[in-house]
Amino acid sequence: MNFDFSDDDKMVQDQINRFLRDNCGFGEFRSVLEGEATYSESVWRGLSEMGVQGTAIPSAYGGVEAGYLSLCLAARELGAHLAPVPFSSSIYLAAEAIQGAGSEAQKEEWLPKLASGQVIGTLAVTETVQEPVPEDITTTFVNGKLNGTKLVVPHGLMADVVVVLARTNDGLSLVLAPLSDVERRSIDTVDPTMGSATITFKDSPAKLLGQPHDGWSVLSTVYNRAAVMFAFEQLGGAERALDMAVGYAKERFAFGRPIGSFQALKHMMADMYVALKLAESNCYYAAWALQNDSDDLALAAATARVSATQAFQLCSRDNIQVHGGMGFTWEYDCHLYYRRSNYLTLVLGGLSAWEDKLVSALPDAA
Amino acid sequence: MEFSDTKEEAAFRVEIRTWIDNNAPDYLFEPLSSSGFGSIQIDGFDPMAEAKQWQKTKAEAGWACLQWPKDYGGRGATPIESVIWNQEEGVYGQLSRMFIIGQGMCAPTMMTFASEDQKQRYLPKLASGEEVWCQLFSEPHGGSDLAGLRTRAEKDGDDWVINGQKIWTSGAQHSDFGILITRTDPEVPKHRGLTMFFLDMKSVGIDIRPIKQANGDSGFNEVYFDNVRIPDAQRLGEVGEGWKVSLTTLMNERLAIGGSITTGFPEIKELVDQLRIASGTAINDPAVRSKLADWYAKSAGLKNTAARAISALSKGETPGPENSIGKLVAGGMMQDIAKFSLDLQGLSGAIVDPEIAAGSARLQAMLMRSPAVRIEGGTDQILRNIISERVLGLPEDMRADKGIPFNKIPSGN
Repeated sequence: MNFDFSDDDKMVQDQINRFLRDNCGFGEFRSVLEGEATYSESVWRGLSEMGVQGTAIPSAYGGVEAGYLSLCLAARELGAHLAPVPFSSSIYLAAEAIQGAGSEAQKEEWLPKLASGQVIGTLAVTETVQEPVPEDITTTFVNGKLNGTKLVVPHGLMADVVVVLARTNDGLSLVLAPLSDVERRSIDTVDPTMGSATITFKDSPAKLLGQPHDGWSVLSTVYNRAAVMFAFEQLGGAERALDMAVGYAKERFAFGRPIGSFQALKHMMADMYVALKLAESNCYYAAWALQNDSDDLALAAATARVSATQAFQLCSRDNIQVHGGMGFTWEYDCHLYYRRSNYLTLVLGGLSAWEDKLVSALPDAA
Repeated sequence: MEFSDTKEEAAFRVEIRTWIDNNAPDYLFEPLSSSGFGSIQIDGFDPMAEAKQWQKTKAEAGWACLQWPKDYGGRGATPIESVIWNQEEGVYGQLSRMFIIGQGMCAPTMMTFASEDQKQRYLPKLASGEEVWCQLFSEPHGGSDLAGLRTRAEKDGDDWVINGQKIWTSGAQHSDFGILITRTDPEVPKHRGLTMFFLDMKSVGIDIRPIKQANGDSGFNEVYFDNVRIPDAQRLGEVGEGWKVSLTTLMNERLAIGGSITTGFPEIKELVDQLRIASGTAINDPAVRSKLADWYAKSAGLKNTAARAISALSKGETPGPENSIGKLVAGGMMQDIAKFSLDLQGLSGAIVDPEIAAGSARLQAMLMRSPAVRIEGGTDQILRNIISERVLGLPEDMRADKGIPFNKIPSGN
């Protein structure tokens, strides 16, 4: 048994970590949070130069073809550094949907540009103020034209191309639309660095992606795969939030002693560690299932997703608690993790939805 | 990343499987599979006799205490080989429960601190189950604060004379020998006045009384010492070094890697697949599904964490600190699962008669046994201290007894 990442994958992870450490501090996040930029173009470019966007894309389509284990470790670093770049939407969602359902021509047209970072992609599903169900989808795709409004599209502000869940004749289909001529408005969310937009299509040209009426089930496959990579981002974020809490608790004194010597806080941080380690082990297994297209993927992905969501939410929440009042200031960085953790919880459907998927994927005799 | 055995590991597994198929007491498979929380119940069989027989059979074929040197009754096997044995022994491993403390904790202490003659005399019989050992550590005044123990050892010629009381001693009533930590000097700070011994449990002056537990079972004992004499030759480590010796013992009090971790998840899954509640079959209820998902994610997390430890052993590395989370997660989860399972059944959930209750009342037994899981071998709170101090590097708690002679420490009575 070798239940670990290869030295090659770890070396790539280390390179990404060093790049982000030097170029993607909290300042990058804040320049998007507080400034005019919608994402960090310099970090995006740097990742492109290292080929990170193309990690799991086949070399026939301009990727590095280093596999999903490597991509999962890249995701962990992006999550740890709260990188304000459209990586998740472009790679885990758009590129995955095109790779999984696209025609040869569509793959050839879009994957090389997504792999190089020249083009940014995303996925648009939600239309109403509730967890989407098929009946909610009223955006239509008829005679090559898209009409309708997607309420909240992650990285919709800067995307060049979008995979849209739309109604065709009597079913739901995925379609692929360039975003050159659409109306998009920024929409405020708990994490303003996720570039969320409301996008309105008016007779916008688009092409079917995959089989007609297959949209909901293809979406669910894309979500299962993306869930593993998002789980690694959540894992990275959870680990940093815990590090931050531990670091502060060692330095901050109250009642004449470091606050990290109080059991009330130590035990809180021990519980954060436990949640983190459970998530980490589940993420490892899900990465294996993803890389090997295991029959177990649906269950492994939901398990990783549930425990990584729990871990990041717990660690980011209690990191604020360990910091006390300072943790609730805009100036301290605790809220950056709290914001990201809560956005990432919802991006593929909320925790309850994933709990439900997990139980549905359980074998009959557990 | 891959989950298959290496060629050598696969061959070793086949060898074990073949031997177990030919030698294991298969008439005990069913009762052992449905036996669970608390003492082993095997109708019509004497569990101690069956356990000793299985241990003897294993030892004669070289399958006892695999990692021990051959000279002491082991096999000289590698850690990963030992894990493979645990996986393959499966349900029969439950029979070895009464040897776990002797083989898992007393033996490493003897190997480090006993003389060569003593090791030759005691270890092979401990491996083969011919002699059973217990560990006499906890006291009414020294549980989590083990170094606060009060049992006295006073030198008298070539002997030491022991007076005091131990508690929560598993298997003392079946034991031939035990390792015992005592206070030899009450006038120095508490960690410095301790000394370790091993002794014959049939010595004059020992009185063993079973404790009736909250769940009605009696797996533990109180052990009273009234002028019990131990030869100085049975001292383990130097006088006053008992704390250091005890750390060797306690370091070995860890999850036996490769064995299964009891969480209660399979039991509750089986229940909710069938059980009818107001909204229909329980498994279809959103509140049930939410809890089930949480518990599955935790039990999968423990299983995958154990797989990482096995992987590290397979590569000749030491498993990481994440293995310290096992009992902390499993104990609380077992209690929560049991409580929720009963809750779903209304008043009938209160029935503990295995003939009537759903799932042979295993969940009810779990409810009543689980409080102990959260205490024995390190309470939830001590485990959180260990994780926060040794893994996260947080500062030690301030101690009111630091540097104070033991006999000057406030004791509340």
